[in-house]
Amino acid sequence: MDSAVLLRSAHATIGRFPALAGVDLELAPGELVVLEGPNGAGKTSVLRACAGLLPLTGGEGTVLGYDLRRDLVAVRPLVGYLGHAPALYDELTVSENVRFAVRAAGAASSAVPDVLARVGLSGRLARTPAGRLSAGQRRRAALASVLVRRPALWLLDEPHAAFDAEGRRLLSTVMCEARDGGSGVLVASHEPAEVLPLADRVVTMVGGRAQGSRRGGRRRVVPGGVHVA
Amino acid sequence: MSAVTTWSARRAWVVRATGLAGVVGMAFTVWLGLWITPPDKVQGNLVRLVYLHPPVAWVALYLAFGLAVLGSLLWLWPRTRNDSWDRLAGAAMEVGVVFTALTLVTGSLWGRPTWGVWWAWDARLTSTALLLVLQLGYLALRRVASEPEPRARRCAIGAVIAAVDVPIVHFSVDWWRTLHQGATVLNANLSPTIHGAMAWTLLLGFVSMTLVFAWMVSVRYRIATLADVAADRSMQQALAERWAEGMPEAPVEEEGGVPAGVGP
Amino acid sequence: MWRDALLVVGKDLRIEARSRVVVNQVAPFAVLVLLLFAFALGPDRSPMAHAAPGLFWVAVLFCALLAVQRSFAVESGEGTRDGLRLSGLDPAGIFLGKTAAVTVQLLLLEVLLTVGVVLLFGNGVRSVGALVLTSVLGTAGLAAVGTLYGALSSGLRVRETLLPLLLLPVAAPVLLAGTRAWQAALGIGTSTSGNPWTSVLVVFAAVYLALGCVIYGPLLEAM
Repeated sequence: MDSAVLLRSAHATIGRFPALAGVDLELAPGELVVLEGPNGAGKTSVLRACAGLLPLTGGEGTVLGYDLRRDLVAVRPLVGYLGHAPALYDELTVSENVRFAVRAAGAASSAVPDVLARVGLSGRLARTPAGRLSAGQRRRAALASVLVRRPALWLLDEPHAAFDAEGRRLLSTVMCEARDGGSGVLVASHEPAEVLPLADRVVTMVGGRAQGSRRGGRRRVVPGGVHVA
Repeated sequence: MSAVTTWSARRAWVVRATGLAGVVGMAFTVWLGLWITPPDKVQGNLVRLVYLHPPVAWVALYLAFGLAVLGSLLWLWPRTRNDSWDRLAGAAMEVGVVFTALTLVTGSLWGRPTWGVWWAWDARLTSTALLLVLQLGYLALRRVASEPEPRARRCAIGAVIAAVDVPIVHFSVDWWRTLHQGATVLNANLSPTIHGAMAWTLLLGFVSMTLVFAWMVSVRYRIATLADVAADRSMQQALAERWAEGMPEAPVEEEGGVPAGVGP
Repeated sequence: MWRDALLVVGKDLRIEARSRVVVNQVAPFAVLVLLLFAFALGPDRSPMAHAAPGLFWVAVLFCALLAVQRSFAVESGEGTRDGLRLSGLDPAGIFLGKTAAVTVQLLLLEVLLTVGVVLLFGNGVRSVGALVLTSVLGTAGLAAVGTLYGALSSGLRVRETLLPLLLLPVAAPVLLAGTRAWQAALGIGTSTSGNPWTSVLVVFAAVYLALGCVIYGPLLEAM
């Protein structure tokens, strides 16, 4: 099967700074991979490169069958990117924000109420302007915008930040569902307790490169009884 | 990103020769214009400005701006995208600003005795003044501290937006007010009755001004290239530093390595 | 493309309906500009009435600057900037949508300005149709080029100072042609026909709408 993400010696610069200095990374559909590493290791840049927001300056990259060097723009509508800052218009209500996101992606907006209920933003909160929400609620609204688009690749940057305990459980469920539904999930996180139990693989990043990879906490039993990573 | 190279000795020689030819040509133009050519029947000694003003205007309005727009378009077109086009556009526009300003100054010098005022809201003067402001806008855009690739993109797009405005400005200003006596100074003096020496001097003016422009753009381009070389070197160093970030860590096996917590 | 444009124009107008920045800040500013012109030229009515078309379009230019700045202020948050690129919206659709939203807001301001010009400067109106036509055409062109430069400068820290320098010279033909067409429509001076000037406005709007549809994809990458 084609990889959801395939980076080979990927380089990318932000200004004159080599944010990615030769990353090798592979992610299969239906796989959940956690990126860990110190601040400034390049985790966010990997996610942004996969989302088509950071162009590669060297190496190769393929996301969902599209070449990142040639079809950068084609990748964008297919991925669900949850960055540090939620993509919300403060003046619009939560419901309007999510509706705009889903209609921009060309999908029907009929699923919006269900998704909002799922992330705990139904009723009064759905009619509240996004600018008046708390940080955690904004993250929930941003999550709803991604969820409703059913992306084939999830790119989550520190997704647990600002979430309460219930939000974290929700996030874990959503990530596992996406993975089990055949989507690739790439998570950058500093919170091993939350993500490691779910991970198929953990990739350590240092200095703009993937330094190593190890099996995550999740064990899958395949016929023959062999544990695979 | 293309590899940045410095000039070969031969190229440097060609540029130097161009500059020398341009400067010598200008000196000859001045000499011919001031001492050899006769004064005009109608305009008197004022006609001598004709050896300077039209060549400067030709460089400013057509050569420099055209080159800058061409460079911008070639950068924008994905197949021909190359950093050198961005450098060329920047260099041409920067030198072009000097020539546009000179066009206004020489035009104004000619206008004072002819019209009796330093500045008239003549169609040509007005649209040249607008062009100068458009060019200054481009340079301002270029000076904004930014990453190289977005800057090249912004400047190229900015140049294209301004470029499509130029013909519209030209025609609307033309309609707005046409005060310029005759068609232009150029046409009035290139009539068949013109003295032979005048025509040759004017031609020499055009050629040497073009050479001077080519030389200035080349030198400016070279400076931009060197700046990019320096940035490229610091980029290599930054990459090495970036890799070194990973060094103090305990060596970890690459891809598919040791599973955590699994050991003897 | 059209569907995306409708989506964007709906979003931008809804944001304006909620925040009322243009209504609460730009509209009073427009009236203030007219008052300032009156202080500069008055108190005699005849120079004011004579200059009215030009003053109107200068006021429109200032308002356009503010409207464009506002239009991109809502997109310049870190999240929304990425969001717009990740949205899957057609760049030409985004361009047309934002242009249309700015046009609608400016046209509403122009109604106010027109009333102000007629009341404060004492102008009569010879041809309402010509007035409306030239205003719509000039505004569409202004909004189109403003939306281009707005996106071009929106990612920069110096955007507030850079945008006027870029936008105002390029908009000069709109000022020239709009003023002349308005002089004809208001019956000022010796100008008999505004037709050639209307065609300048048509060309300006058409050129920048077409350019924007082509170039907005690359432009969004620089935001």
